[in-house]
Amino acid sequence: MKEVKKQGGLNAEIQSRIGHQLRAMYDDVVRQGVPDRFAELIRKLDGPEAAAAQIDDPAKNDGRD
Amino acid sequence: MPLTDSLRDDILASVPSLRAFAISLSGNGDRADDLVQETLLRAIANIDSFQPGSNLPAWLFTILRNLFRSDYRKRRREVEDAEGNYAKTLKTQPAQNAHLEFEEFRQALDKLPQDQREALILVGASGFSYEDAAAICGCAVGTIKSRVNRARSKLSALLYVEGAEDFGPDETVRAVIGGNGG
Repeated sequence: MKEVKKQGGLNAEIQSRIGHQLRAMYDDVVRQGVPDRFAELIRKLDGPEAAAAQIDDPAKNDGRD
Repeated sequence: MPLTDSLRDDILASVPSLRAFAISLSGNGDRADDLVQETLLRAIANIDSFQPGSNLPAWLFTILRNLFRSDYRKRRREVEDAEGNYAKTLKTQPAQNAHLEFEEFRQALDKLPQDQREALILVGASGFSYEDAAAICGCAVGTIKSRVNRARSKLSALLYVEGAEDFGPDETVRAVIGGNGG
């Protein structure tokens, strides 16, 4: 029989499964590393002005490329 | 501080966890990468306001979190296929059973209130301290702790307790002893 506490203290085994699933989901993306588009973006930008110039202004640009 | 090469490297090193945070929050890979790009541009545009020696990942996560919040309000009414898009971002598709369990988890996570979801991800997956998570979310440490606790309770209820009630031995037991109740 499964013993599951409904109230009060959290079942430690369930909590460890939830923690494991959460990290598995997260780490799967972390392991993909840095996509080229972001590496290029950061390399290309000279400084704050160049970055500011590229920020989408939602008021001006409503659609997507 | 100025945009030095070492600061560029540090920002770049944060990209994988920024993406993981964005995807965990939004459940949508394409939208998550747009959020990351916007975060990087804003971080560099405002790099002068970054305090040297302070926590760079926490600073970047704060920018992303605030962007997501304003973006979320704008897009609230859009219908989106969060699970399908999330699956596409995975490099390797998990095996069938694992994939089902994964989808279930993803859906349960999406059912949490946004405050609880972001607190749980920051503390439970990104590995931030309660103090850093509180700074990122702009709230008290005690608030973060209670959000994380409520998120964990709700997830366990959604994933395990409800399932055990519906399909577990309880129903059978109840049916067997039901006649004796009077």
